[in-house]
Amino acid sequence: MKKNESYEEFLKGIWRDNPVFAQVLGMCPMLAVTNSAVNAIAMGMATMFVLVGSSFLVSTFRNVIPKQVRISCFIIIIATFVTIADYTLLALVPGVHKELGAFIPLIVANCLILGRQEAFASRYPTKLAVMDALGMACGFLVALFSLGAVREILGDGALFGVKLFGDSFEPWVIMILPPGGFLTLGVILLFFNWFKYKKDEFLDDVARAERSGADG
Amino acid sequence: MDNLPWIFVSALLVNNFVLTYFLGLCPFLGVSNSLETSFRLGLATTFVMLVTAICAWILNTYVLVYAPYLRLICFIVVIASTVQFIEMLIKKLSPALFRAMGIFLPLITTNCAILGLAIFATNRGYGFWEGIVYALGAGIGFTLALVLLAGLREESELSDVPALIKGTAMNLIIAGVLSMAFMGFAGLFSST
Repeated sequence: MKKNESYEEFLKGIWRDNPVFAQVLGMCPMLAVTNSAVNAIAMGMATMFVLVGSSFLVSTFRNVIPKQVRISCFIIIIATFVTIADYTLLALVPGVHKELGAFIPLIVANCLILGRQEAFASRYPTKLAVMDALGMACGFLVALFSLGAVREILGDGALFGVKLFGDSFEPWVIMILPPGGFLTLGVILLFFNWFKYKKDEFLDDVARAERSGADG
Repeated sequence: MDNLPWIFVSALLVNNFVLTYFLGLCPFLGVSNSLETSFRLGLATTFVMLVTAICAWILNTYVLVYAPYLRLICFIVVIASTVQFIEMLIKKLSPALFRAMGIFLPLITTNCAILGLAIFATNRGYGFWEGIVYALGAGIGFTLALVLLAGLREESELSDVPALIKGTAMNLIIAGVLSMAFMGFAGLFSST
């Protein structure tokens, strides 16, 4: 049962409560760095590290942190992890670090991370909090990757820098420029809405069928 | 000194914080449902940006030269306390203005445009006046984007839009079109 519960916390972040598609959180890094799949993945990994690390610390110390200053405490914990991630990326992959630029320090202001600390990690035991953070971070990574891949394929004709279409492909440059980010995310959200709408309709049908079956 | 107007116009139009750098999207999408509130939020944000730019410059010049790795933590703490301080100050000096701004003031702390402003200004090595002009341009640009989107959203409330696309999906597509329009300003300067 216990194991099942933490598994459930992990899964909900990926699809049902996906931070980007369902809750519309963490939009700024989401749109800014997704002009190529590699950048999107680096950003997702850095966010995952920060989210899991700070969730772990916050939920471990949740009984020690005074209620009045909790937001400041969360922010300082998050900022520490972001600084670690910043310097680690700079040491390991300087090229990607240069491309992401100011957006790595800006992970601090990602409302997804602060939101999870406030809504989940400060209320639940460490194990559940870490599972929740992992799930949310995976969901964020999936969202970043899908947006980054779509934009790179359409805007550059490539994925991970490998050309897909040959020489005759005319790149759709607008997709890797800022407007492409807004448009792609809008269309992806539209699909997400459509899927949810279809599912609700299906569930309604099932419920109605069951009711009429019970009546008859 | 002669590049001050350039910095202003660049932050205001060409490199608009919301539509080109994607900073401050949460209030951009969340609060932009009425013209009135988005204008007020924009003004409050501009004000906090100005104060932050000054604080960031002081920190950069006198403190962070000795400990660059503390930059992020310092900035965040400064922004959070600036917002808190301004909130108390306005409450004391002008209760009417305080009521008008309402919950927007504390919300500004988590606006990534503010932190982004401090970091960009540092990375580009802006001096005191350059920082202030940059903050002013960025703040007014933020207000402009917010007000434009709010106006479009108010219009679209009245029109017949399919239920499926209503909400965030449509706002994003409107923002995409706005962003495309702002790309036209890139031609203003050949050096960008």
